[in-house]
Amino acid sequence: MDYFFELLFSGLTRGSIYALIALGYTMVYGIIGLINFAHGEIYMIGAFTALVVSSVLSIYGLPLLAILVLTVLAATVWAAAYGFTVERLAYRPLRNAPRLSPLISAIGMSIFLQNFVLLAQTSDFQPFPNLIPQFAFMEPYAAIIGSTDLIILTVAALMMILLTLTIKYTRTGQAMRATAQDQKMALLVGINVDKIISITFIIGSALAAIGGLLIASHIGQINCSIGFIAGIKAFTAAVLGGIGSIPGAVLGSFILGLTEAFATGYVSSDYEDVFAFALLVLILIFRPAGLLGKATIEKV
Amino acid sequence: MIALKDIRNAIGIGLWFMFLTFPLLVIKVNPVEKTVIWRWNNMLLIGAASFVAYLVSHIILRRRDARQKRIRQGSEQITTQSNLLFLKTPKFLLALSCTGLLFALVFPALFSTYQINIMITALMYVVLGLGLNIVVGVAGLLNLGYVAFYAVGAYTYALLHLHFGLGFWAALPIGGLLSALFGILLGFPVLRLRGDYLAIVTLGFGEIIRLILENWNDFSKGPSGISNIPRPGFFGLEMSLETAIIYLYYLMICMVLFTIFVVNRLQNSRIGRAWFALREDEIACQAMGIDKTRTKLTAFALGATWAGMAGVFFAAKTTFINPASFTFLESAIILCIVVLGGMGSIVGVIVGAFVLILVPEYLRVFADYRMLAFGVVLVVMMLLRPQGIVANVRRTYTHKP
Amino acid sequence: MKFKNTCFILTTLALSLAVCLATGALAVEPIKIGVAGAHSGDLASYGLPTLKAAQLVVKDINEKGGINGAPIELIVGDDACKPEIASNTATKLVSAGVKAVIGHICSGATKAALPIYRDAKVLLISPSATTPSLTQSGEYPNFYRTIAADDAQARTEVDFTINILKVQKIAVIHDKGDYGKGLAEFARTFIEQSGKARVVLFEGVTPGAVDYSAVVQKIKHSGAEAVIFGGYHPEASKIVGQMRQKRMTTLFVSDDGVKDDTFIRVAGKDAEGVYATGPADVSKNPIALEYREKFKKTESADPGAFFDNAVAATLALANALAKAESIDQETMAKVLHNDKVATPFGAIQFDAKGEPIGIEFSIYQVQNGQYVQVR
Repeated sequence: MDYFFELLFSGLTRGSIYALIALGYTMVYGIIGLINFAHGEIYMIGAFTALVVSSVLSIYGLPLLAILVLTVLAATVWAAAYGFTVERLAYRPLRNAPRLSPLISAIGMSIFLQNFVLLAQTSDFQPFPNLIPQFAFMEPYAAIIGSTDLIILTVAALMMILLTLTIKYTRTGQAMRATAQDQKMALLVGINVDKIISITFIIGSALAAIGGLLIASHIGQINCSIGFIAGIKAFTAAVLGGIGSIPGAVLGSFILGLTEAFATGYVSSDYEDVFAFALLVLILIFRPAGLLGKATIEKV
Repeated sequence: MIALKDIRNAIGIGLWFMFLTFPLLVIKVNPVEKTVIWRWNNMLLIGAASFVAYLVSHIILRRRDARQKRIRQGSEQITTQSNLLFLKTPKFLLALSCTGLLFALVFPALFSTYQINIMITALMYVVLGLGLNIVVGVAGLLNLGYVAFYAVGAYTYALLHLHFGLGFWAALPIGGLLSALFGILLGFPVLRLRGDYLAIVTLGFGEIIRLILENWNDFSKGPSGISNIPRPGFFGLEMSLETAIIYLYYLMICMVLFTIFVVNRLQNSRIGRAWFALREDEIACQAMGIDKTRTKLTAFALGATWAGMAGVFFAAKTTFINPASFTFLESAIILCIVVLGGMGSIVGVIVGAFVLILVPEYLRVFADYRMLAFGVVLVVMMLLRPQGIVANVRRTYTHKP
Repeated sequence: MKFKNTCFILTTLALSLAVCLATGALAVEPIKIGVAGAHSGDLASYGLPTLKAAQLVVKDINEKGGINGAPIELIVGDDACKPEIASNTATKLVSAGVKAVIGHICSGATKAALPIYRDAKVLLISPSATTPSLTQSGEYPNFYRTIAADDAQARTEVDFTINILKVQKIAVIHDKGDYGKGLAEFARTFIEQSGKARVVLFEGVTPGAVDYSAVVQKIKHSGAEAVIFGGYHPEASKIVGQMRQKRMTTLFVSDDGVKDDTFIRVAGKDAEGVYATGPADVSKNPIALEYREKFKKTESADPGAFFDNAVAATLALANALAKAESIDQETMAKVLHNDKVATPFGAIQFDAKGEPIGIEFSIYQVQNGQYVQVR
């Protein structure tokens, strides 16, 4: 039975990691209907910024708490700045272009950002400092669930709740929902659609940066190509849950994480991705718009 | 020409990029030895570069806007169109394709084996691009796992040769057919999906095929791949390496011509019209009485067939294959060829393939900056020509009274 | 702008003319040798040191008057470790008229390129392609290498784990790659043949996955006392790190893909106690020292992976070129088989299959942040 719980927590950790990235994917998709392939790279840039900033601060001998706070701040600020800039440069001019053009632009941006970090920093793997404190009260359970797993789970849950509240109850959130439903109509009622899209990118990128920081700290290493696989998996999770839906992204992420963990544990990790994608196909056959996505009925 | 406001904006942009690249481009830490290198000159460089880039792009954009305004007001004629109009006359097109074909025929005599080899690769991507164009460009079904069919073709030849000693010519149609079968296999579950849901399922399908090839050792020899695949033979004639490559080159030219012919005929056929209709509006298409299931499945199957045949060529060319050649990035490149060239346009796809395969090959001069430049090229091309290099012109039928 | 271009072209012309004159003065046709491998892309860190090694050795030979009076000219071909590019590179080198090739670096690329060289009768010495089938299949009489094959490495790992560490239950993990999975399969076979230990788990992990805790739990559940891992250091450090996070003390034995200082740097204190096989320590060999010193002088960095192997390959090739009566594959092969040549690994020669005699694997352990040879 222990084994079952161990796998359960492995899956939950993995799921929350996916969730932090998937939230950004799903928000962007919900608003402008674009698969933002560069999102995985934003996550990587967030993690890299965290590495650089925390290393500099620790060399200058700041206390641990100050390092933690400043690193989180710097990572989110810069990732958000990158997200904002990418949208302005590569997506906004293409808003009325054929549907696939922004997708290619996003692929190009993803290749560019990955190689930018490779050239500006290094292609080697870098050790990532363990920013998450090890709690003494978790020690007896360390074999099943570690402190970092606990933190990742909590942060992911918190982020999701905060995000849901923001979108439900703030003015910006309402404007976001309006823009997602109908851009033209939103413009007519006086919403600055450009600004709302920028804000969406900023929030999504900041979330990805927090994800990047937590994950890098969890596995203790990063390099410039970590964004790709994480991005693909998070995208899969977002689609599984119904792309554009925030609870859907989280649900999809957990299902994906748990499937992979149990497939590894009870079958074989050789085929963990096959199981994940097969599950995706199965779910989409029965619910073509994802688990929580609304099936749109097109009226003619 | 340049107003003070522009200068101010440009300075703003410069400062923004200096801020943006600060942690990654200026600071370089060694987390183990605890040393920091500050590279301030990078910051100045970025600032200056973005300042200039902004001004230049601003001037170009303003000129274009001004011209468009004049055109709208009628004070200036649309000149480019009439200038380029002769490009569209059948006479010119005929001359152009003849020259192209002639050049292609004498190419091996002019260039080294190495260049011919690269050209074979480019031609292979032309076939792949034209195949994917059926699915994405014509029928409007976004497929991110196209490379799976390519892999099916390549492994069909490799395995048939390994187990049954089958040759290239026998494997070519089998590879195509088997890929078509896989296309239908993928087509069934995704019939109900639209747009981006389709994209992710096809992506997953591509990954599943690659993972199976990687893990199922008894079937595919796993990651170590299959080697010693023979090049295409010519009635059992012994050929030196050089002749074999030139021979493969001409085969590839024939293959491309055959593909162009078939795709062109398909587009103007009943089924091609149905694909266009499907792309434009699924509901209207159904209302017209077009069998949606059949149309979609044929698109998948026919698109896959070309990938399968290209895969057989690929296996014959490299003589060694392993699953690492069939990653998602490959699908992305083929998709870029289609979109960048111009969706639905045959000439566009050919141009796109040459640009995307030959440019990185000749960008090798830039060494480390090669992929960086490639990313920039993709983004800039899309910004400049969102509809692709050669926008597709649909055949129009005019009624002459 | 136009003026500048013309200037540039003129300078280039003048320069190339000067180079032509300079080489023309030697009046002897140079012997062309190809150097192929990953010189760009993610695996460039494996390819570039070997290129540098070949350049250093060739520079020495040319300064001493070349091979029987003829200088050696290196022709460089980049394959980025991709099979489809490697066949292009091979054609390029063959059409440039090379007599022999140092390379390729990756086994997959080598497999794709070998038939082309074989048909053109070009001799190949690889400093790093370790797939056993390259020599053992007997299909490529033109292939030699200055590194021990994977099966020899797996044998060393397994013998050490069973006989020295006295472990009975072993988990064999790999990274699903050509190199890692091949090695892991050999390890599994050898463990089963030995009859002294059991393989309790045989699994592949997905490289680049965000976390490996499920696999780590599975290792724990299997009751393995030691893990034999086939693959490269990024996955190894992640697995070791997560094992230690879960407070597991399972022994970790791995291969020369892990015997890399980056592994220690990244894994930090979790790396302590990890065993890895690697080429025998050559830091006291005078030839190795000489070339390492030269490398440090020009590059101001430590030579990377396979540097010594590439020095050995180039020296062996130069010896074969010098002693063979004519420069063709068969006569050169005879010299390679029969003549011992001094290299960073001591005096080596090649057996009938093309494997080096005299290059073996040792076992290292991470102790206080450094690899220390333990056997």
